[in-house]
Amino acid sequence: MSTATDTHHDEHHGPAKGMRRWLFTTNHKDIGTLYLWFSLIMFFVGGAMAMVIRAELIQPGMNLVDPMFYNQMVTMHALIMIFGAVMPAFVGLANWMIPMMVGAPDMALPRMNNWSFWILPIGFTLLLMTFFVPGGAPAAGWTIYPPLSLQTGDAFPLLVFGIHVLGISSIMGAINIIVTIMNMRAPGMGLLKMPIFVWGWLITAYLLIAVMPVLAGAVTMLLTDKYFGTAFFDAAGGGDPVLFQHIFWFFGHPEVYIMILPAFGIISEIIPTFARKKLFGYSAMVYAIAAIAFLSFIVWAHHMFTVGMPVAGLLFFMFTTMLIAVPTGVKIFNWVATMWRGAMTFETPMLYALAFLFLFTIGGFSGLMLAIVPADFQYHDSYFVVAHFHYVLVPGAVFAIMAAVYYWLPKWTGYMYSEFWGKTHFWLSTISINVTFFPQHFLGLAGMPRRIPDYAVQFTDFNFISSIGAFVFGLSQLIFVYVIIHCIRGGVGRATDRVWEGSHGLEWTVPSPAPYHTFETAPEVK
Amino acid sequence: MSSEQDGKPGKGNRGLVARLTLASVAMFGFGFALVPLYDVFCEVTGISSSSTTRAAAEPVALEVDYDRKVTVEFVATTNQRDIWRFTPEETRMRVHPGKLYTTHYLATNLDERDRMGHAVPDVSPAGATRYVQKVECFCFEEQLFAGEESQRMPVLFYVDPELPRNIGTVTLNYSFFAQDVVGEK
Repeated sequence: MSTATDTHHDEHHGPAKGMRRWLFTTNHKDIGTLYLWFSLIMFFVGGAMAMVIRAELIQPGMNLVDPMFYNQMVTMHALIMIFGAVMPAFVGLANWMIPMMVGAPDMALPRMNNWSFWILPIGFTLLLMTFFVPGGAPAAGWTIYPPLSLQTGDAFPLLVFGIHVLGISSIMGAINIIVTIMNMRAPGMGLLKMPIFVWGWLITAYLLIAVMPVLAGAVTMLLTDKYFGTAFFDAAGGGDPVLFQHIFWFFGHPEVYIMILPAFGIISEIIPTFARKKLFGYSAMVYAIAAIAFLSFIVWAHHMFTVGMPVAGLLFFMFTTMLIAVPTGVKIFNWVATMWRGAMTFETPMLYALAFLFLFTIGGFSGLMLAIVPADFQYHDSYFVVAHFHYVLVPGAVFAIMAAVYYWLPKWTGYMYSEFWGKTHFWLSTISINVTFFPQHFLGLAGMPRRIPDYAVQFTDFNFISSIGAFVFGLSQLIFVYVIIHCIRGGVGRATDRVWEGSHGLEWTVPSPAPYHTFETAPEVK
Repeated sequence: MSSEQDGKPGKGNRGLVARLTLASVAMFGFGFALVPLYDVFCEVTGISSSSTTRAAAEPVALEVDYDRKVTVEFVATTNQRDIWRFTPEETRMRVHPGKLYTTHYLATNLDERDRMGHAVPDVSPAGATRYVQKVECFCFEEQLFAGEESQRMPVLFYVDPELPRNIGTVTLNYSFFAQDVVGEK
């Protein structure tokens, strides 16, 4: 190691000290840590906005904030949670775990890795600074449909450039991940021997490369429509506002799966560990992920059934959407089959994985309801939709991220976290998230529209319940921060290298905490 | 890439990175290509595109039926007689179907305060409703009346020549309502 290493970095004995370590690091573990902390901070920023939304909705009437500010909260909450919390958290996990899981010394493109993290705070500075410009932050919803979004004030170019920067960051991250997986696997690790988490990320990375540029194109068209006289979406100039929705959702639906495929990977790692059995149907799991990724490209218009599509279009998108239930069902059944007759224990990561299984499936079922065209005509833009996507995103994606953090935290820090506080965090979160979002199904079915700061009085009770749930969920996340910091500072004792009795895979063969450099000589995989 | 594996995968990396970068640039272009592609796709498959569903406004040339005369009666109703005085200028007209006529209604705000007024039309017999065509009518929008102001409000209408033969008289009634007192809640 010693002679060959000093080609491009000289800190191979350990990290540099102070801020320079973090600014100039090319180490995949450091960058993974940066991503994870960044996403945790963004989770709280976006969460604070969710608290404002729920406080406004705790009773009918204008209670707390100006309606315009409410719209800004709704819009920014979504943008921050999607691009700032969920996606960077998954990239952080990829950075930390993929090289260790495939037996590589680092990511394939370490300097680009540094860059793709550090432009992320730049993108969010652009985005968050919109609160202080004339006209306030973007308020047309995260889907930025024209013509409404074109009425955004001075925030508009900042929003567009912010999205460009975040897109570039994601694309660079995706390229890095693909190259690492393709070129840096340890000898003997064929593609179909890779851990499922790596598979989930490989396919996600391809999705990112396919659709993030399309979003960049769509917002560029908005920008030129607003400032340079083009008329892509302006009916008066021969354009078509519905066209934006088509382009946006061509990005938007794969984006939804970008936020869930890595989660599938995480769950596929955790359940076998705590069921002490091999994953049931490994190759079916891989093909199911691939099938879901493929289908994500041909279902986009189910987000816009009500724009006035021909019946042939409605039917096509309805059936393709329902088809997604097949590979997803394969995954759910395989996870259940993995647990079947396993010797299960219920540590915090497993609890989160199980909650994911139940609650993500509820979100999947409400998704099927929304896929039915005539039903969707009623549900469209109602709180039913809000309940649906929060069920797949919070107890889906976010719970998977939390499961992953609890699962790998001992490997990262070298200490065990407090199981008591982990479980407390789990139960509080799981109960409160259902209290928050389950009543929203009823509100939506009864006709409460989304994105409105006020509502008719008959919706009061369910909204009150929902707000209380949201406040409890928000506060419960402070326990999460406590558990993490407590664990970093020594937790409840040293972690073993294997950490979990049933763990398998290369990342558990290195010491805990994982040393700064791992697998400098590639391990042999049989 | 710090160890002896450096040399070989490095080269492979460059090729893969180049291809992936190219793919993202191509997808950026594809986003723009979608603009014409949607139109082409809809034209080829024949499913509705924005250009085929857009109905063109065509001028309708009406034959005036000079052999026939129909009586049109004008009625004004208001339930708020303390607020509005509301009357037709003419109470009846003899018209040729297919010909455009103009008549007026007179309304006065008896109140000192500014008011919004709004008229709601109806036609009897009910079967004649679709044949009495209002080209321009004060009932299409709300009217702002200053305190004690009077207005003369036009109606441009024609009777469709398709009006069934058995209908000789149609009655056009307007009910006038006060909306809000302007400037007050």
